[in-house]
Amino acid sequence: MNSQPRSHPLRDRAIELIQLMSGDEKHDASATSTLDVLVVLYDRVLNVSPATIGDPTRDRFLLSKGHGPMAFYAVLAAMGFVDPGILPSFGAYASILGRHPDRKLVPGVEISSGSLGHGLPIAVGLAYGLQTRGHTSAGARVFCLIGDAELDEGSNHEAIALAGRLGLERLHVVVVDNASATYGWPGGIGARFELEGWSARTVDGTDRDALEAAFTAPHPGRPHVVVAMIGERAS
Amino acid sequence: MTSVIAPSDRPRAASPDSMRERFYRIAPTLLDTDPNIAIVLADIGTDAFDAAAARHPGRVLNVGIREQLLIGAGAGLALAGYRPILHTYAPFLVERPFEQLKLDLGHNDLGAVLVSVGASYDASAAGRTHQAPEDVPLLSALPGWRIDVPGHPDEAEALFRAAAARTDRTYLRLSELSNRDAVREVVDGAAAGRMTVVRRGRGATVLAVGPILDQVTEAVRDLDVTIVYATTIRPFDGATLGAIVREPEVIVVEPYLEGSSAPVVSEALRRQPHRLLSIGVPLTEPRHYGEPAEHQAAYGLDAASIGRRIRLFLEQPDEG
Repeated sequence: MNSQPRSHPLRDRAIELIQLMSGDEKHDASATSTLDVLVVLYDRVLNVSPATIGDPTRDRFLLSKGHGPMAFYAVLAAMGFVDPGILPSFGAYASILGRHPDRKLVPGVEISSGSLGHGLPIAVGLAYGLQTRGHTSAGARVFCLIGDAELDEGSNHEAIALAGRLGLERLHVVVVDNASATYGWPGGIGARFELEGWSARTVDGTDRDALEAAFTAPHPGRPHVVVAMIGERAS
Repeated sequence: MTSVIAPSDRPRAASPDSMRERFYRIAPTLLDTDPNIAIVLADIGTDAFDAAAARHPGRVLNVGIREQLLIGAGAGLALAGYRPILHTYAPFLVERPFEQLKLDLGHNDLGAVLVSVGASYDASAAGRTHQAPEDVPLLSALPGWRIDVPGHPDEAEALFRAAAARTDRTYLRLSELSNRDAVREVVDGAAAGRMTVVRRGRGATVLAVGPILDQVTEAVRDLDVTIVYATTIRPFDGATLGAIVREPEVIVVEPYLEGSSAPVVSEALRRQPHRLLSIGVPLTEPRHYGEPAEHQAAYGLDAASIGRRIRLFLEQPDEG
């Protein structure tokens, strides 16, 4: 079903940059499961750049699933937020590029994350606050990336329920689903959001056109979730 | 349990309202005067903000009974440029979402004002689930928090107004207990986070924190000691304490977990020989209900009990 060429300028550049961090060793799944999602967001969806990172009406991308941030750092470097020259320092004591990202250290990183279940509640408050500040009517949107196993954390379910009741139209969640949740989500992840009043799309997480279409689908009066299937389930 | 309650240990009503009532009266008016203020609630205190929420749509957010979200959403509001004020009962504000305090606010370096009610054994009849005398030491274990423990509604109002105007992370701990009179330096802001000497003596130094000052004053009425009063307990004003202490005996009376400030007192006095007596809520698993005054007496925090412990400490060092 995914017949697109693997090659894409930002994706290819990001792969090169990931190798600056991972060296010759083969990077594990957590490093690249988010790659196509990040490429589509930063290349085609998000209205944010190094020049606009201080603009209150910019789009915000919140990486809640802070594990395996190499793809994120690589995309930030390719987009000009981070000097590619520092990528080889990944994980070193004095590096700004830790194994979980720190917003105080890395330009373009909106939240510090690592412990699971923190990004989505912050995203709810941020989307709500941007709305009441008038920044969403000027364009600002919030995108939050979480993982299917991260959904185990109950804090997400506090946030999913409230966002649905508030109808936070400018809030977007992408769940990268590589079937890593220990007990799974019978009936599907999208259905859980829909029950709480969200708009939901489930797509192949490596199909960039499908991802773009899902991210930009209209969802008036509702928050929107895109479940991006990765790995065996997506093929 | 029966107990004889001394006059100074009765709930005092010199102020016509409680700290909590004062907060519910003042906080809505801040929404009118400061466009940066946003209120986040978790089903506690919502009635007080109904009118203000109608005047300021979107600036009062009730998240329901979801305390992790209370802190997380508050951090998000801070990212959106607001000065968020987060409010609920102490155990649900500090203990349940402790990691959110550490990460969403602390590690992300975002500002907020946390306003708790239900200090220590205020919710005496509700039992252990609604009591958190360990809130202060818990927050003391995180860097960068200011902790205010007002002793009177006028002090609470002044500390709240000041906190709302800052950008830091402040925990404002409101209590149903109150001293008869407010300390002027706290109300007019002259204290500015520093300790205030309320009585000078030649002997030991007694530090009283927040709403326990009246009991302490009564307890040492016949002793020639200095009484120092603190409402801002973190950051700890060790400079003032170190400058005041002359005799080696130092007594700290805190209306929350006993010994909470022992490490910072020890650090402040590290250059001078001293003996420290810590008085506070003992480390126990309470299984009693009843009135706050009964808990106060059971924990030895009434004036007579505090006086006995201080005398023993001063007169019989081997026993006290």
